[in-house]
Amino acid sequence: MSASGGLLPPDVPEAAPSVAARFDLYQRAGGIITPLLTALFAFFVGGLVVLVTTGKNPLDTYRAIFDGTGLNWLFPWVRGEERELAALNLQQTLILTTTLILAGLAVAFAFRCGLFNIGGQGQYIAGMVTAAQVGIWLPDLGHVPHMVLAAGAGALAGALWAGIAGILKATVGAHEVITTIMLNWTALWIGSYLVGFGGPLQDPAQEFVPVMKEVSQGAKLNVWWGDPTAQGLHIGFFVAIAALIVFWIVLNRTTLGYQVRAVGFNPDAASYGGISVGRSYFLAMAISGAFAGLAGSVDILGWLFRVDLTSIQVSSTFAFVGIAVALLGRNTPVGIFFGALLFGALLNGTSTRNLDPAVFEPELAGNLTLIIQGLVVLFVGADVLILYLWRARLKLRRKPPPEVVTEP
Amino acid sequence: MSVAAGVVERVGVRIDLAKILGIVAIGLGLLAFWVALPPLTTESVAVPAALGIGGVAAGLWSWRQGQTRLGWTGVCIALLGLLGGVFATRAAEANLEVVITWSALTAATLRFATPLTFAAIGGLFSERSGVVNIGLEGMMLMGAFFGIYGADRTDSWVAGIFIGAAAGAALALVHAFFSIHLRSDQIVSGTAINFLALGLTGYLYIDLYGTEGTGEVPAVPDVRLDFLGSIPPEGLGNFLDRAFGQLNLMIWLALATVVLAYIVIFRTAIGLRIRAVGEHPRAADTVGISVYAVRYAAVTLSGALAALGGVYITLGFVHSFTENITAGRGFIALAALIFGKWHPFGALGAALLFGFASAVAPRLENVESWATYGTLFQALPYVLTLIAVAGVIGRSIPPAAIGRAYEKQ
Repeated sequence: MSASGGLLPPDVPEAAPSVAARFDLYQRAGGIITPLLTALFAFFVGGLVVLVTTGKNPLDTYRAIFDGTGLNWLFPWVRGEERELAALNLQQTLILTTTLILAGLAVAFAFRCGLFNIGGQGQYIAGMVTAAQVGIWLPDLGHVPHMVLAAGAGALAGALWAGIAGILKATVGAHEVITTIMLNWTALWIGSYLVGFGGPLQDPAQEFVPVMKEVSQGAKLNVWWGDPTAQGLHIGFFVAIAALIVFWIVLNRTTLGYQVRAVGFNPDAASYGGISVGRSYFLAMAISGAFAGLAGSVDILGWLFRVDLTSIQVSSTFAFVGIAVALLGRNTPVGIFFGALLFGALLNGTSTRNLDPAVFEPELAGNLTLIIQGLVVLFVGADVLILYLWRARLKLRRKPPPEVVTEP
Repeated sequence: MSVAAGVVERVGVRIDLAKILGIVAIGLGLLAFWVALPPLTTESVAVPAALGIGGVAAGLWSWRQGQTRLGWTGVCIALLGLLGGVFATRAAEANLEVVITWSALTAATLRFATPLTFAAIGGLFSERSGVVNIGLEGMMLMGAFFGIYGADRTDSWVAGIFIGAAAGAALALVHAFFSIHLRSDQIVSGTAINFLALGLTGYLYIDLYGTEGTGEVPAVPDVRLDFLGSIPPEGLGNFLDRAFGQLNLMIWLALATVVLAYIVIFRTAIGLRIRAVGEHPRAADTVGISVYAVRYAAVTLSGALAALGGVYITLGFVHSFTENITAGRGFIALAALIFGKWHPFGALGAALLFGFASAVAPRLENVESWATYGTLFQALPYVLTLIAVAGVIGRSIPPAAIGRAYEKQ
C-alpha cells in the first residue's frame, strides 16, 4: 500500500506548511484587517440568504439580533427601561462570551503547538461533571476555597482527558483529530451514563429526571453584575479574562511557551534544537484541555448549577464555536476576546428569548448563525485566497519571512 | 523456531503457525462468548472460561512465535470473550433472550451500519486521494435533507436519491475547491463544511416546512426475499428470512458499494491513480496524472456517497427529517474508515461493529436491571477505535500524503 516511502524521495515539505507557519503568514498578510473582512463577508452572505429566502430586509434582521444581544447598553443614549433590558441581555451575552473565550483558548493553545484540538466537547464535559461533583461534596468548606477547588478540579479533569490524546500523539503518533473525536463521544456517553436514569451520579431525590444534584451554595460563583436570582453575570468572566492573560504569558514569556511555539513551527527543527517534541505535544494538549475543562466548570458553578442530560448533549455547540473563535481571533488573546464576544452575541441575539419572531423567526436565525460561523471558518482557513486578495503573496515570496522564534 | 513450526516447514506446506495461532485465539475468544448466549446458553461457567483461557494461551503462543500484534489482539479478544461469557452465564436466561435474538440483531445491525458504510466508503475515496474529509457529517446531512426534499417535490424516491447525492457532491465540491485549489487546511475546511451544512439544512427545513415536518414522502422500498424462508434446514431458513428477508433496498446498495469500491480502488487503473495521488502526488504528477483532477473527482464522489448515507436515514429508515438528524454519524463513519485501515472491507467490518453496538444498546435498555449499561455500552466503539488508533490492535497507517495540499510546479 504505502511502498513509496523507500523507493521514492519524500515529498517536498514546503507543500505543507505547519499550522503555526500558516498562522505566521496570516499575521504578516493582513493583521487585523483580514479577520474583519472575513467576518464582514460572512455577514454579507448571511444577509443575502435572508433576502433570498424570506424577502425580508437583512439590515432589519441584523438590527433585531443586535438589540437582542444587549450590546446597545454600550451606547450612552439608550436610557430608561430600554437600558435595563439591554443590561439584562448584555449579561447573558457575556455569560456566553466567558465560555467561548475559554473554549477558544482551548483550541488556540494547541494550535500554536501545531495541534488541532477538536476535543473541546469531551474536555468540557469532563470539567462540567467533575466541578459539579466537587461542588456537591464538601458542603462545609468555606466559600472561596470551595469555588477554587471545584473549578480547579474541573480544569484538571479537562487536562487529563485531553492528555490522553496528547500522550497518544507523543508516543505512537496517533493523529489528535481522530483521538479527540473519539474522546468526545466517549465522554458524551460516559457523561450521559453518569447523570442519566439510574446512573451513579443522578440525584437520588429525582428518580425520573436525568440530572445531578445542585452544587452546594458555597461552591457557586459570585454574581457581580445584575440579579443573582435572574442569572446575572458571574465572576467567571474575570476568570476568562485572566485565562487570556495567562495564555499570553505562558506562550510568550516562558520556556514552555517557547518550546510549544517552536514545535508548532517545525517539529523537526525543534527536535534538532534539543526540544522534546513529545513532551511539548502532551503539555500543549493538557493545557488546552485545562482551558476547556475550566469552561465547563465556570458554566456549572456560575449559572447552570447542575449537570443534566441536555447540558451534556449541547456541549458540542460551545466546543465547535470555540474553533471558529480561535480561527477568527487568529489565536491571539485580543482576537479571541473579540471573536468570543461576536459569537456570544450572535448566539444570544438569535436565541428564542431575545429575537422578536415578528421581525425574524428565531429558529431560522439560529441556523443563520451556523451559516455565518461556517463561512467564517471556511474563509479564515483559505490563506491563499486572503494572501492573493491582499497581493501580499508575491512580496512574501521575494523576501521570505524569518521563521525563527526569538528567545524570550 | 519451535518443533511444530519446523515440522510444518519440512513438510513443505507454507503455513505461518504464528498467524494461525493468532486467528485461533480470536476464534476461541468469540466462541467463549457465543456459547453463553442464546440459542446455546451454556449455564456452566467452566465452558466459556476454558475456551477463553485456551484463547489467551493461543494468543500468547502466537506472540512468542513473532506475531506481536495479532497475538495481542487474540489475547485481548479472548479475555473480553471470557469476561463476556462468564458474565452471560450468570445472567438470567430470560434477560438474555430479550437482548439477543440473532436474526433481529443482524437486521438491526445492518440498518444501523448502512449510513456508516456509505459515508465510510465515501471517506475512503477522498482520503485515499490524499484529502482529509472531516466534512462527511455535513455531506451526509445534505443528503438527508435534499433527499427527502427531492422525493417530496418530485414525488419519486428515485429522484430523491439522486437529488440528495447531488447536494452532497455540491458541498464536497466546495471542500475540494478550498482544500485543493486554495490549499486551505483540510481539517479547518472540513469543519467549516459541517457548520455550513448544519446551518443550511436547518435553515431551509424551517423555512420550507416550518415546524410541521415533512409529512408523507415516497420512501425507498424494502426488498422482500421470499425464497430465504424455504432454505433447509428450517432453523437456518427462519433465521435467514428474519435477518435478510426484508431489508431496505439501500442496505443492499451499500453492500454492493463496498464490493464496487474494492474493485475500483484495488483492481482498476483509476484506483491505482487515486492511490498514487494519495501516497506520492509529486511522483504521480511526474508520470502525467493530474493530481488536481483526481482529487477533485475523489472528493466529489465522496460527497455523493456520504450523502447516500444521509438519504438512507431519511428516505429509508426514519421517513422524516429533523435538524441535525445525522447526529455525528459522519464522525463515526470516519472512525470506521480508520478502524478499517482505509480498506473497503475493513471499513464495512468496522461499520458493522459500530452498527452492532447501536443495535444492542436499545435492547439492553429493555431489560430493567441492565438499562443504565445500555448508555455506557454506546461508548465502546469509540474506545475500541482509540485503542486501534493507538496501535494496540494492528496499527492504522493513513495514506502518506493525506492532509497535505499539492502545489503544482
